[in-house]
Amino acid sequence: MRVGRGRNLVLAVPGRVFAQRFGYAMLACAAITLMILSQAEPRLIEKLRVGVTDTVSPIFAFFSQPVTTIAGGFDELDGILSAHERNQSLEHDNAQLRKWQAVAEQLGYENDMFRRMLKVVPDQRARFVTARVIADSGGPFIQMVMVNAGQSHGVRKGQAVVNHDGLVGRVLEAGQHTARVLLLTDLNSRIPVVLEESRDRTILRGDNSPHPSLAFLATDARVKPGDRVVTSGEGGMFPPALDVGIVSAVDKDRATVQPFVVWERLDYVTVLDYVVPGVLPETRRAERAGSLR
Amino acid sequence: MGDWLQWADRSVRGAIPVTITVMLVFAASLPWRLPAFVEVTPAFAVMAVFYWTIYRPERFPYVATFGIGVLQDLLAATPLGMTALVLLIVQGVVAPQRTFFRGKPFLVIWWGFSLVMPAVGLLSWIISSACFGALVPPLPIVVQVVLTLLLFPIFVVFFRPLGVLAAARPE
Repeated sequence: MRVGRGRNLVLAVPGRVFAQRFGYAMLACAAITLMILSQAEPRLIEKLRVGVTDTVSPIFAFFSQPVTTIAGGFDELDGILSAHERNQSLEHDNAQLRKWQAVAEQLGYENDMFRRMLKVVPDQRARFVTARVIADSGGPFIQMVMVNAGQSHGVRKGQAVVNHDGLVGRVLEAGQHTARVLLLTDLNSRIPVVLEESRDRTILRGDNSPHPSLAFLATDARVKPGDRVVTSGEGGMFPPALDVGIVSAVDKDRATVQPFVVWERLDYVTVLDYVVPGVLPETRRAERAGSLR
Repeated sequence: MGDWLQWADRSVRGAIPVTITVMLVFAASLPWRLPAFVEVTPAFAVMAVFYWTIYRPERFPYVATFGIGVLQDLLAATPLGMTALVLLIVQGVVAPQRTFFRGKPFLVIWWGFSLVMPAVGLLSWIISSACFGALVPPLPIVVQVVLTLLLFPIFVVFFRPLGVLAAARPE
């Protein structure tokens, strides 16, 4: 009896080990298959991802609120500790801004007058929807956030996403109730921008670091640290003149940009529904030619 | 009745390691606003798989590892299958070393993890670069590896009592 049992054990253990190894190999193959499939059928995978995201979004919506509140608490504490300093700097800024306000009002009137004189076609007004950030992929591989607005709220793939500081990124996938926003710092983010002062057009290229760079900058481009970078509206995806950031450093062959958006404080964002106002106006090309000369 | 209760008790306890890991995967996706989390979130799932493979392998089948990896890939929008494969490799490499690690002081476990984590980073870097068709900047991955290594002891403090709860029989 005893001997028999022993034999069974001897036979059973390798059997189980084999089953385990076989299962392991199958799962590893499945993982590799998924990788290949996501390359071959990106649309199918996107659908799957959007479906899963929509399904689990209530979990994120529920838990993200307290998390954001806690994180906001740290911010508040920081604010209290540096209140005096901030107050002084704000008073200084305020004085400056009052001067600018007067200038801006005057320029606004003047601009209105010129527009009327020149019969400029106004850009179409953008509709928008404001949503809360409920998840953050936060990995070193992809810079993306999830927001609690989707197709049912009018959010579509490709739309520009901004917050009160400036451009955040664009909608990569839109589910029914959620959407994923690819941040402008992501490796795959390319945004047509223009240097506000010199009017040099270029592409803002993300590289997963907090400082995206300006790609395809013309060799004679006049770029210096402190220059403001705004969207050019080229390609028709984004409205023109959305604040993007400030040129932070210029090397021989590279200029990096410090985005206006403070990523640590990304809680509410606005998705812009922008409709392309027809063909590219001729004036832009003329403008470009002018700046090259 | 008693049998049923016992069965329920065992099932709930047995599900602890996988449940905790799934919760960690969700937690990693929440919009934490801590400065360190902005660029990278620590690889919670790798810590969990490493730990449970050594201490509660019977409660952490390969299928669970695969599922957790796919879930993370779907939530974090990393190339689908990447995390699943990486986690399976971690489990496959660590499982045969279980007897070596069991009963060893924590420093030895940490040392073992410090060998696994860079390999995970390197493998993820290769796979993601291949899938995105562009070299993923390696620095954030290095930061993630270091951050995960540094946080590992804290997580072990939490895992340990849960592991005792998840044991088949009281230890």
